[in-house]
Amino acid sequence: MFGHSRSQRLRGALAGTLGVGLVFGIAACGGGSDDSNDDSKTATQSIDCAQFSSYGDLKGKTVSVYTGIVTPEDKAYKDSYKPFEDCTGVKINYEGDKSFETQILVRAKAGNPPDLAIVPQPGLLKQLVATGKAVEAPAEVAANVDKFWGKDWKGYATVNGKFYGAPSGASVKSLVWYSPAEFKEKGYQVPTTLDQLKELTDKMVADGKKPWCAGISSGEATGWPITDWMEDFMLRLYGPETYDKWVNHEIPFNGPESTAALDAVGGYLKNDKYVNGGLGDVKSIATTTFQDAGLPITEGTCSLHHQASFYAANFDPSTKVAEDGDVFAFYMPGKDTSSKPVLGGGEFNVAFADRPEVKAFQTYLSTDTWANIKAKASQGWVSANKGIDPNNLSNPIDRLAATILKDPNTVFRFDGSDQMPAAVGSNAFWKQATSWVTGQDTKTTVDNIEKAWPAK
Amino acid sequence: MSTPDTNVGKIVLMVAAILLFAAVVGAILFAATFFRGRRADRLTAYAYLAPTLIMLLVGLVYPGVRTIYESFFNAAGNAFIGLDNYKTIFTDGDQLTVLRNTVFWVVVTPFVATGVGLLYAILVDKARLESFAKALIFLPMAISFVGASIIWKFVYEYRPDQANVKQIGLLNQVLVWLGGTPQQWLVTSPLNTFLLIVVMIWIQAGFAMTVLSAAIKAIPEDIIEAARLDGVGPWGMFRFVTLPAIRPAVVVVLTTIGIGTLKVFDIVRTMTGGQFDTSVIANEFYSQSFRSDNQGLGSALAVLLFLLVIPIVVYNIRQIRRSEAL
Repeated sequence: MFGHSRSQRLRGALAGTLGVGLVFGIAACGGGSDDSNDDSKTATQSIDCAQFSSYGDLKGKTVSVYTGIVTPEDKAYKDSYKPFEDCTGVKINYEGDKSFETQILVRAKAGNPPDLAIVPQPGLLKQLVATGKAVEAPAEVAANVDKFWGKDWKGYATVNGKFYGAPSGASVKSLVWYSPAEFKEKGYQVPTTLDQLKELTDKMVADGKKPWCAGISSGEATGWPITDWMEDFMLRLYGPETYDKWVNHEIPFNGPESTAALDAVGGYLKNDKYVNGGLGDVKSIATTTFQDAGLPITEGTCSLHHQASFYAANFDPSTKVAEDGDVFAFYMPGKDTSSKPVLGGGEFNVAFADRPEVKAFQTYLSTDTWANIKAKASQGWVSANKGIDPNNLSNPIDRLAATILKDPNTVFRFDGSDQMPAAVGSNAFWKQATSWVTGQDTKTTVDNIEKAWPAK
Repeated sequence: MSTPDTNVGKIVLMVAAILLFAAVVGAILFAATFFRGRRADRLTAYAYLAPTLIMLLVGLVYPGVRTIYESFFNAAGNAFIGLDNYKTIFTDGDQLTVLRNTVFWVVVTPFVATGVGLLYAILVDKARLESFAKALIFLPMAISFVGASIIWKFVYEYRPDQANVKQIGLLNQVLVWLGGTPQQWLVTSPLNTFLLIVVMIWIQAGFAMTVLSAAIKAIPEDIIEAARLDGVGPWGMFRFVTLPAIRPAVVVVLTTIGIGTLKVFDIVRTMTGGQFDTSVIANEFYSQSFRSDNQGLGSALAVLLFLLVIPIVVYNIRQIRRSEAL
């Protein structure tokens, strides 16, 4: 009897020990935020700490940064923070999370926000301000933004007259990817008007090709590349003022402008002669991931692909992305040569704390100093910061994007769906665009999106 | 409060939390030993129950009540709109598609999965290599829903019907071998919903088979003997002996799979993200709450899911009790 109960107790103790051991094991495996602080001394050496003296003594303080930017792009961010860390003694805790866009709202509402968040959409920025947890940007940041960015950029981070954060990176979406080698061989010219783009497409069809390739599959965000197409056409056919009205819902989503813009997109994407080079029929646009959609260009089965500057990262490393290489991009032309509308996106640094070290860090991120350090440290990154030196950008597509952003003729407009209310911009617009490309007509599509617009 | 970002810091925090938890529970249990007198047993029981009750209140009751409360509010959660969210669910075209798909899931999955499992259990019963045959169908149970979804996404994968392009999806390759043209399986509604249901059946059939096989084996030998002596054929044996004997087990399996099916989320989210008219209540609730920023409608969908699951849970528990009483 005694022996029995003792063995039972032993077993219990063993199970307990094992359980605790397991918990420890899992904890040890999980959350490996490795600190890669020891490399990258290069960026620091060229920096003069004198310019950081105005921030005062901040030794031993910590600033937490929360963002959706994860490996491998996060390294350039961490590296670009080094000079600030080394000169001021502030430690930056960088936390990248793929589900940032939902989690930041949860954290803000739950009262556990980070000190600083890198917010990729003005719409989300508005939602964060609505939680009451976001803190207005300090005057130094506002002054820097006035100095280095166009007025429109400041507007995207302004809610009810209050300005909430400096822009960080930027991307140019009005680009068409092509193969410079193919253009040279066939004698194609880069088009400079929308009509020329159409003529070029028809010429390629006559040469026996399906010129365009497209793909919109992106998990639950499936459909977003079509929103970029539609915004580009809205901007081209009706100009920036109408575009702004459309984004802010001052004109209805099912009005004549919307309908015409979506039909214009349909002229390309729903045209069996034009799509889907190397990928199938029109419907295959819905199931091809956006990452794969432009790759047929390198295989010679597709000639044109509409996608942002960041798409460069999707090509095989052996592919030469340059004006004289395997693939490159040209500016998606305006209606005529006199107008140069550019659709793009970008991130904003929004703070949730106003401690001196957070303010100092925010200010640092709004300077041309940071933009240039960041540009040197990264691949495939540009900023709309006018102080950026194109020579600091390492690859040709980034230089092209920076040149477009700096061009005084450029009329920049932020991605519309990123500014619309979430119910439209990250739900109905995507969903209806997907239905549209799989067969739904234009009228039903714009009507459904209009219906989804939340009542104010 | 900031969270530590080093592994050592995390482990220290975790140990501290575990010790704190143990200390609190220990203190409660220690205090419970001080109850004396007539009602001591009862008080001790309450003290022992208290931690569980408190956690249930904080982790289940409060969020539940709060969700019901929020379901009567608008998207931003700042204006009372009565039953409008529920009205939306039952009138809006998109939401009706969601309800339709949920009905498909709940009607098809439990019955087909249980049917397949039952048939398999009977076929392999007492056969040679029974345990091997059972292991085969039980294996998918070991795969997570997301893993299974990715496997099946490859099965349905589409490559264009062009000269030097090879199909990489099993289903399309079989179709090509049979002389057909490859299809984009996950785009056409409502076929795509049924193709997603196949994944759930693939996972759940093993569970049904295991439980039902055990129930079949538990049928007393003398009943079977008696039926044989009465000259009952295989169909009669199944209809009048096996099925009535395992009825409680069948009901438990049906309802358990039914509950799991109502809450299905991973498969839809992984395979289509709810696109192409494949969304179901659980997935739509997530999209509305976290992507579409419509807390009210999201909460209403959650409440609806809750209301739909309750009767099945009640029935399930009753059946389990009854089968235990047997």
